[in-house]
Amino acid sequence: MAAVVLSEAEKVYIVHGVQEDLRVDGRGCEDYRCAEVETDVVSNTSGSARVKLGHTDILVGVKAEMGTPKLEKPDEGYLEFFVDCSANATPEFEGRGGEELGSEIANTLCRVFSSESTVDLKSLCINPREHCWVLYVDVLLLECGGNLFDAISVAVKAALFNTRIPRVRVLEDEEGCKEIELSDDPYDCMRLSVDNVPCIVTLSKIGYRHVVDATLQEEACSLASLLVSVTSKGALTSMKKMGKGSLDPESIFEMMETGKRVGKSLHTALQKILDEEESLGTSRQKVGFLG
Amino acid sequence: MAAVSMRLPVARKAARPSAPRGGERHLVAPGDTITTDTGYMRGHGTYVEEEKLIASVAGVVERVNKLVCVKALKTRYNGEVGDIVVGRITEVQQKRWKVETNSRLDSVLLLSSMNLPGGELRRRSAEDELAMRDYLQEGDLISAEVQSVFSDGAVSLHTRSLKYGKLGQGVLVQVSPSLVKRQKTHFHDLPCGASVILGNNGFIWIYPTPEQRDEEAGGFTTNLEPVPLSDREVISRLRNCVVALVTEKLMLFDTSILYCYEASLPHQIKDILKPEVMEEIVLETRQRLLDLEG
Repeated sequence: MAAVVLSEAEKVYIVHGVQEDLRVDGRGCEDYRCAEVETDVVSNTSGSARVKLGHTDILVGVKAEMGTPKLEKPDEGYLEFFVDCSANATPEFEGRGGEELGSEIANTLCRVFSSESTVDLKSLCINPREHCWVLYVDVLLLECGGNLFDAISVAVKAALFNTRIPRVRVLEDEEGCKEIELSDDPYDCMRLSVDNVPCIVTLSKIGYRHVVDATLQEEACSLASLLVSVTSKGALTSMKKMGKGSLDPESIFEMMETGKRVGKSLHTALQKILDEEESLGTSRQKVGFLG
Repeated sequence: MAAVSMRLPVARKAARPSAPRGGERHLVAPGDTITTDTGYMRGHGTYVEEEKLIASVAGVVERVNKLVCVKALKTRYNGEVGDIVVGRITEVQQKRWKVETNSRLDSVLLLSSMNLPGGELRRRSAEDELAMRDYLQEGDLISAEVQSVFSDGAVSLHTRSLKYGKLGQGVLVQVSPSLVKRQKTHFHDLPCGASVILGNNGFIWIYPTPEQRDEEAGGFTTNLEPVPLSDREVISRLRNCVVALVTEKLMLFDTSILYCYEASLPHQIKDILKPEVMEEIVLETRQRLLDLEG
């Protein structure tokens, strides 16, 4: 991860500030930076979203393609995650430098979405054992400003909300051969329900307290952090500890409670924005990348 | 109570040009022809091709008699002798430190240009060389003055005065060097309760005003005691004000920062970074600065 070097005195200043619930930019320990969310930014995908959280910039594109279901789940479709750390974010990501971070994020996303109830995979099935929809979720890291996991999970949820999968019909002719027919109307699409899609909340331990949405400087002062994925109802679906420091069981419990609380607010705010964007419909002015 | 605020992005409006003072400003992009008149001398940011004077950077054309140069908006720091800079130590080498100052090459701080504790003047010995890391380590922040500029553009720094040296607790904000106004002094003790160092290289250091101003041996002993909450609030507010001024491309100097601080007092510290609040505060600051000019 792109790390900044800080002097001892700067780190001490940040740690003492967190103890008093006043971070460097005036936020409290449970406040997020101002986020900008926009969907439908990439035209040749089934769904896309761009999230800017402070200096962190994430672009997610979802492509729906037809494939064969997995052997152990013949009547379900599935999701495939791929994360690309662009060299635009930091020179360390040039060439193969960003591969380790990319695969770590992709594995975390797989784990978060591995739970049964997150996405209705049965709706992605076309013909059991033969055809199903595979959703390829591609994440592009444009800028690294701390708190990557949260921003990526918000962008993935927004992109899945925006995804339009074309409706197909299965026709059977006399010999028993199955034919797949795509509807003529380009707007005849099926949408996914994202009510149970979880969002990741990263809690970084700084000193004796923990903060949400750490900047790069705060991440340099924290030795251990806990990633929890929370659904909109406040249920925890997965948990992961990162960093080389250790965490007390009591602080893990406190961080989980904070994560659940913050996760619920995050979902409410995101759903409100997505609904607002949807209600603007075609009259919405697309900002995109040259705004 | 967690506060999460999300919004839809808004396209940036083209800024209305403010009343031009002293004529129109000539903006150029790299490759634009400035003039085809051969009577001009070319300065920084320009080059001559086929008898035309062409700009090599994006910025404003400045003309002083027969000298034409282009001043860029976003650029790396170009050192000038006598500038105050705030830098971060990146390497500890044999008789010098390499300092990062947002310029094209790392700056150099020679051991002989560094003040010894107590202000003694003597020749640096081998023990001093071995104890270099005790003075300054990788990651430390220092304030220094530019002593000279090498032919390749690298800058040589010195801390030969008690007001320069290692910096203690505080907040660093990195901005573009072209937004820091050149003034007589860059060390300011603001009346709101904090002090600020406006480095010419774009590194702005905001720190709590030290109580005693006696001989501190050039600031080698760092004070790691917790800073009181009231000072923290002032420092956080100043930091957000600086970020707001930079986002709206206003020049940074002590008066503009102070006016922006006063304009931001009605708002909460974390609200200053919201785009609409930022616009409102900077508009008020701009108005007050224009009134000040008369």
